[in-house]
Amino acid sequence: MSALTQALTLGAGYNAALVTVGAALLGGAAGSVGTFMFLRKRALVSDALAHSTLPGIAIAFMVMVALGGDGRNLPGLLAGSAISAAIGLVAVDLITRHTRLAQDAAIGAVLSVFFGFGVVCLTAIQTMTAGRQAGLETFLLGSTAGMLYSDALLIAASAALCVAGVFILRRPMTIVAFDAGFAETSGISVRAVDFAMTSLVLAVTVVGLKLVGLVLIVALLIIPPVAARFWSERSERVMLLAAAFGAASGYVGAAVSATAPALPTGALIVLTAFGFFAVSILFSPHRGVLAQIVMRRRTSVRVHRRQGLLALAKDEPIYDRMTLAVLLREGLVRPDGVMTEAGEAQAAHASRDEARWRVAAALFEPAALPVRGDPLIPIDGLFTDDQIAVIDAHLAGAKGA
Amino acid sequence: MGSEFVQLSLTPILIGVLAAVACALPGNFLLLRRQALIGDAISHVVLPGIVIAFLITGMVATWPMILGAAGAAVVAVVMIEAIKRLGRIEPGAAMGVTFTTLFAAGVLILEQTDTSSVHLDVQHALYGNLESLIWFDAVGWGSLFDLAALAGLPTELPRMAVVSVIVVVLLVLFWRPLKISTFDEGYAATIGIPVTVLGIGLVIVAAVAAVAAFDAVGSIIVIAMFICPPAAARLMTDRLERQIWWSVLFAATAAVAGYVLAGYGPQWLGRADSVSAAGMIATVSGLILAVACCVGPHRRAR
Repeated sequence: MSALTQALTLGAGYNAALVTVGAALLGGAAGSVGTFMFLRKRALVSDALAHSTLPGIAIAFMVMVALGGDGRNLPGLLAGSAISAAIGLVAVDLITRHTRLAQDAAIGAVLSVFFGFGVVCLTAIQTMTAGRQAGLETFLLGSTAGMLYSDALLIAASAALCVAGVFILRRPMTIVAFDAGFAETSGISVRAVDFAMTSLVLAVTVVGLKLVGLVLIVALLIIPPVAARFWSERSERVMLLAAAFGAASGYVGAAVSATAPALPTGALIVLTAFGFFAVSILFSPHRGVLAQIVMRRRTSVRVHRRQGLLALAKDEPIYDRMTLAVLLREGLVRPDGVMTEAGEAQAAHASRDEARWRVAAALFEPAALPVRGDPLIPIDGLFTDDQIAVIDAHLAGAKGA
Repeated sequence: MGSEFVQLSLTPILIGVLAAVACALPGNFLLLRRQALIGDAISHVVLPGIVIAFLITGMVATWPMILGAAGAAVVAVVMIEAIKRLGRIEPGAAMGVTFTTLFAAGVLILEQTDTSSVHLDVQHALYGNLESLIWFDAVGWGSLFDLAALAGLPTELPRMAVVSVIVVVLLVLFWRPLKISTFDEGYAATIGIPVTVLGIGLVIVAAVAAVAAFDAVGSIIVIAMFICPPAAARLMTDRLERQIWWSVLFAATAAVAGYVLAGYGPQWLGRADSVSAAGMIATVSGLILAVACCVGPHRRAR
């Protein structure tokens, strides 16, 4: 069995298996919470939050050392990171609400300043207890190398808690993310739900620090929801799919990174998530790039066919190559440009349709037209038989005069 | 004292000030155009740019790195636009997808390549090495007039100076169209200003400033200086001209105060070593912004 299949089937050691399962749970929780942030157009708030964990990690380390403990105690470091991330979040909120600066400026300011202050603290630690700092830098980019069993267990268990939290709160969060005004009138406190949502994001970020790192954890909150958005217009399906993408990214990324030393966990998880995104933007059935190209091509064929038929009906020559090609391919004209029988029938139909549309547009109020301004749609199915009769009567009258 | 200052602190302070101002100037317009986080995105994608430049050339040289970083910035901007347009995704999310992916790719390539022999790692990319940009050949203030000593200036200083001058010249040249299109894009288009070209040009100038500053001072300062001084300045005045001057003042103050605090602050507290200058400059710019948020005369929306 190769190292990769071994890792993918959780056979690469106890710690690695725990980390892989933990990363999958974390990805699932991040994908679903991230969907709500994405739908509420707050995707990058989590970036500010993630970067502002750094001073908390460093200060927690200093405090624990000062109290005579082990500075690298993971629960302690994560508690510190949660506190400073919460302060960063409050700062973003205060700046956005009480000054005229926009949210993006508040996010950028908080993330850079907190991160800068965190670096100051890190360098202070470097001089304080030389050599004992090892490990804090892994919070920048994530690393599972040399992780203790208790750490792996803590991450897997907290990730499971995050998933449970999302599951319990999924209904109110969906309603608020989709329509905050409606949520308020139906008795849901938007503030409370927003608070819960942000707390879940905070929890996911803190749990993911060791795995993914604070620079990249935001990717797990943004990329899976954006990828999932391509596949459905229903917020619940987007959320489930985002959770699935996130979980798969976490699982595959963590497993692959366990196979060799120079494969950073965070980067691999993010790149796997991007793989899902790339497939989604290219190949998803309605919003995908490929589907849109096909759709545009179909519309253009319809327009050319119609214009060609109208020209044939009026015995006008056709010069446009695309038009000729469309008519030829569908057997409406012969290679020498003369109409076939099928072509004649369709040309007559098209010109009658066109004439009827013109009368209909003049006869009825624009608002009463079933489809505004798209004369490519056959008119018969859209109007009632009575209306068609009126239109035809006008047509006959116009001809007689 | 004088000679030691010139040798150890003068050039880092100058480079810090120039980098801060060069980033803060375009930052003013990015802020007003609600593109503040473009600076954040650019400074993240600089990493894959320089890593790939290193892979191609096999050395850590200035110009390949700057070209690689600028190329990566352009790739990022194109990718953000493509995701926004093709996928109909909101700008913030498109930006988040792009810069995290490119940064992750940079980290992965960096880990996969043997860069142990050269000074190229993620920490360096984040913090820079402002403290190490000392002027060995200087013996005192007199060295400023000594051509032989001037030739030994760290190359970052003239490079940063050139980039700063370019930024200022472009700003002066395009002042009027830039100002009009920032405040009223529709009006600017009707009087014949090429708003799209101008918008892309602004991002490219920002990228150039970011890349040049990045090499000397790391990406923390770059992000902080794109946003904090202009944001603080925005709370001081309603006039763009004054906002620019305020932002320059704030950026320069943050650079000088941050460097001094990082270098000498720990000594005042009775500790032997210094802390990261880049981090401290970002911290000071944040403090300035915090003060402006509390007392700035134009802090509230009318």
